[in-house]
Amino acid sequence: MSMPFYVAPEQAMKDRADFARKGIARGRALVALRWRDGVVIVAENPSQSLRKVSEIYDRIAFAGVGKYNEFDQLRVAGIRAAELTGYQYSRDDVDARSLANDYAQLLGNAFTHGMKPMEVEILVAEVGLEPGVGDQIFHIMYDGTVVDHADTCVLGGDSEAIAARLAEGFTDGADLASAVKFGAKAIAGADRVVGPNDLEVAVLERGNGRRCFRRLDADEVTGIFEK
Amino acid sequence: MAMPVFGVGDDPGTDFPRLLARIGAVPGPLPAGPIQGVPHATTCVALRYSDGVVMAGDRRATSGHLISHRSMEKVVQADRFSGVAIAGAAGPAVEMIRLFQVQLEYYEKVQGTALSLEGKANQLSAMVRANLPAAMQGLGVVPIFAGFDNRRGVGRLWDYDMLGGRYEEREFVATGSGSLHAGTVVKVGFRPGLDRSAAIELAARALWEAAEADSATGGPDMIRGIYPILATITADGWSTVGDAELAERYRDIIASAGEGIER
Repeated sequence: MSMPFYVAPEQAMKDRADFARKGIARGRALVALRWRDGVVIVAENPSQSLRKVSEIYDRIAFAGVGKYNEFDQLRVAGIRAAELTGYQYSRDDVDARSLANDYAQLLGNAFTHGMKPMEVEILVAEVGLEPGVGDQIFHIMYDGTVVDHADTCVLGGDSEAIAARLAEGFTDGADLASAVKFGAKAIAGADRVVGPNDLEVAVLERGNGRRCFRRLDADEVTGIFEK
Repeated sequence: MAMPVFGVGDDPGTDFPRLLARIGAVPGPLPAGPIQGVPHATTCVALRYSDGVVMAGDRRATSGHLISHRSMEKVVQADRFSGVAIAGAAGPAVEMIRLFQVQLEYYEKVQGTALSLEGKANQLSAMVRANLPAAMQGLGVVPIFAGFDNRRGVGRLWDYDMLGGRYEEREFVATGSGSLHAGTVVKVGFRPGLDRSAAIELAARALWEAAEADSATGGPDMIRGIYPILATITADGWSTVGDAELAERYRDIIASAGEGIER
């Protein structure tokens, strides 16, 4: 009978992390940033039908990068958790922080106990009732780590470089058009152009009624870049 | 609450009531025998007009001969392009509407596209059918479903029976205890292609006549400023008719009703 080789826990975790990171880095990036009336999410996504950004609840949006089937499963789980809470208690009782915690539990559990870690990074964003108060962006990593971002957040791609570009040029209270253009520019970098056809854009917008989530259609995104 | 995750082949999909059942969040069975003394909601009408549909409902709920609520909302927006009006046991009806609203939005978000109008009508049919055991004990719910069909560019109407039977109507529908009177008024005054103002006038008058003849139907309550709920659904979506407009219309109706009465 053969004995399995001993693998140190540090090494096992490192292997899993490397595996997940490799899967995530293959995909294209997306950014989220605060603008005047909420949060805008700009994703580099040439597909017009397979979405990376979507609506979870009245004031909450979801975005994911990495393996499509995995983050789509997380998206649906988030909608279910939010709708169940809202139905059993009240729509006011659904918030992004508890959703982010639930996601962290799922991802953390898959990372340590699952067959393989999930090759995804996701973000949960919430728009507050008043300008400047309660806008939140949570970034949840493949291993269940949760990071709370004040203004901007990057998922996937060359995230460090993009984060640096975002931090450098971010201005508070930007209008939607400039926020979208700034986000697209941060994703592209200096030696690349990401045009409206390669973008998927959605916003959480205060004053948009009960459902704050709105997807910008292709014409609207093109219009922003033509101005 | 832990996040619900299901395996492939074991997934409740886009069906919210089934999701509730899967996590065990369903109420227990009702005790046997007829249940009496609970509030009932009454008269609602809906009719087609040139731009879509008008829905209307009075505000009264009654328990036997007593008025239990004066400001009940029986005509409710279901989603952007549809609405439900209910008659029957108030508690189960309000709960059914809430579940229906959640289901439509849940489907839209999970699936990425909204249900077709006919799909929504079918969905409501299943919910009415699920209420059959309660209906047998006197807690029946009989809704009207109306909406604007974006694929066909027309307003459409459905009424239901307690078994979940679903009937599409071409011109108008009425439900509840005052439906005989309200339906007759609409039937007499209906013309294809009515404009918005005429359609609202007809619906408002139908409720007025029902309130005149049926004690369970409430008329306009000028003292408290409570008016029937009227709403239109068109290509631009749901829009409620404001209280100011209703107050004016009912003033005219009351004035014309007073004509010819010798004092």
